[in-house]
Amino acid sequence: MINILSSILILAGVFFYLAGSIGLLRLPDLYSRLHALTKADNLGLGLLMAGLALHSQDLFTMLKLLLIWLAVLAASATSAHLIARQARRQETGS
Amino acid sequence: MPELLSLSALGLVFALLLGLLRVLHGPGAGDRMLAIQLIGTAGVGMLLILSVLLNQPALLDVALLLALLAAVTATAFTGQQKTHHD
Amino acid sequence: MNTMGLLVFDGLLLFSIVGLAWASLATTDVRRGVILFMAFGLLLAVAWGRLLAPDVALAEAAIGAGLSGALLLAAVHRQPRPLSPGATHDSLYRSAAAVSMVVRWVVTLLSAALAGTLAWGLLHAFSSTPQDMLPRAIAENLAASGVSNPVTAVLLNFRAYDTLLELAVLLTSVLGIFSLGPATPGYQPAGPIFDGLVRWLVPVLILMAGYLLWVGAHAPGGAFQAGATLAAAGVVLRLAGRARIGLPEGFALRIVMTAGVSVFLLVGLTLLLLGRPFLGYPPAWAGALILLIETAAMLSIAATLLLAFLGGQPESTGVKAAANRQREEISRC
Repeated sequence: MINILSSILILAGVFFYLAGSIGLLRLPDLYSRLHALTKADNLGLGLLMAGLALHSQDLFTMLKLLLIWLAVLAASATSAHLIARQARRQETGS
Repeated sequence: MPELLSLSALGLVFALLLGLLRVLHGPGAGDRMLAIQLIGTAGVGMLLILSVLLNQPALLDVALLLALLAAVTATAFTGQQKTHHD
Repeated sequence: MNTMGLLVFDGLLLFSIVGLAWASLATTDVRRGVILFMAFGLLLAVAWGRLLAPDVALAEAAIGAGLSGALLLAAVHRQPRPLSPGATHDSLYRSAAAVSMVVRWVVTLLSAALAGTLAWGLLHAFSSTPQDMLPRAIAENLAASGVSNPVTAVLLNFRAYDTLLELAVLLTSVLGIFSLGPATPGYQPAGPIFDGLVRWLVPVLILMAGYLLWVGAHAPGGAFQAGATLAAAGVVLRLAGRARIGLPEGFALRIVMTAGVSVFLLVGLTLLLLGRPFLGYPPAWAGALILLIETAAMLSIAATLLLAFLGGQPESTGVKAAANRQREEISRC
């Protein structure tokens, strides 16, 4: 039972990763690519982590996985914003 | 289960390869940095899968460190330099 | 199916790594090359993890993917932009065409010979027996080494002399950095969002550094990885335009810079005075001594890497302070 659930979660995570990278390739503009990127970061990693957490042996590993996801969430959200703002700055000429 | 894990690792590698295309191609440095973020997150995902697949809990620490330092490189991209000594 | 999937995974990873190395060197746009190099570092960290070398993966993630990326990006940003995209390309093309055909062929053949020698050596190493002599020797002596992580045991106990010399090399590199003159001007103060990132990222990095230092005794980790993580925290503070980035000032900075080598030497010489071989820890004290040396080494490594990012002597220690002092003395008499 746990195997089936974790398999679904992991596959869903990988799906969002692929969707995010296809979006990164196909979308026309840096700002729209940003949206694709954050889907991969949040959903992809989150679902993947949830699926793997079901397999973890102890609470410490599960907490570490959660910490990784939170760190990636906060860091990638801020990084994506900073990158887009820097690109905007370079566009409007400075 | 291991088959599924190695299959998902493969999926992540494909996502990474697509991101690499953007790094090589992306017209501006901003596009390239976004692709680096994706590669970094894909790398974190791959390390998580590998830690379960190869039974190496230490790879979780590597994944955490990679996630934190990908943020550092993004900040390096955006830092605005002062033009003169104060 | 499992091994087949992993094999394809390995092949694709290998292909990406080699391809990225090629692309980052072959490109004419320096900024593009730097970003490709950062991707190369990221993938290399994953590759080390795949090869079951978590200690190296940690070091690669901290130094290769993180710090060198930040260092190179900062250096590239400091370059003046070319007047037109054609200008850089033309001058590069002209200087490349000036190199004669003969020289190019000689260099190509020499590089091929070097690569061939390395490949031959690698094949020879894999095919020779017995292959497990070294791991067996390590495993036999691990209990007396004071730690349970074999990598740390080798670095800080069995081969402590090599690590001492590596730390001395790092110290020498600081002298090289100082000789470049005053540090770079620094960065503008960060906006609210960047500042928000700094507020949680820096404490987490410092905690991570302490964790890596502590866990290195029984799991992958250690002084180098911890030092690099600590340096990354300082780099983030610097990029956010903060005045205080964790580097001590003046005399205290010199203490921190030399801490790694000096603590190492002090331990070794004290052991000599006590009648033991140089750096031959007594098994009862080995764990504590290793932790002491690793702490000092972590601080030195962090200071060195942070100074490398600063790109010169910080204002507090030397160049401008000394000039100001001289001016004051002259004006007094």
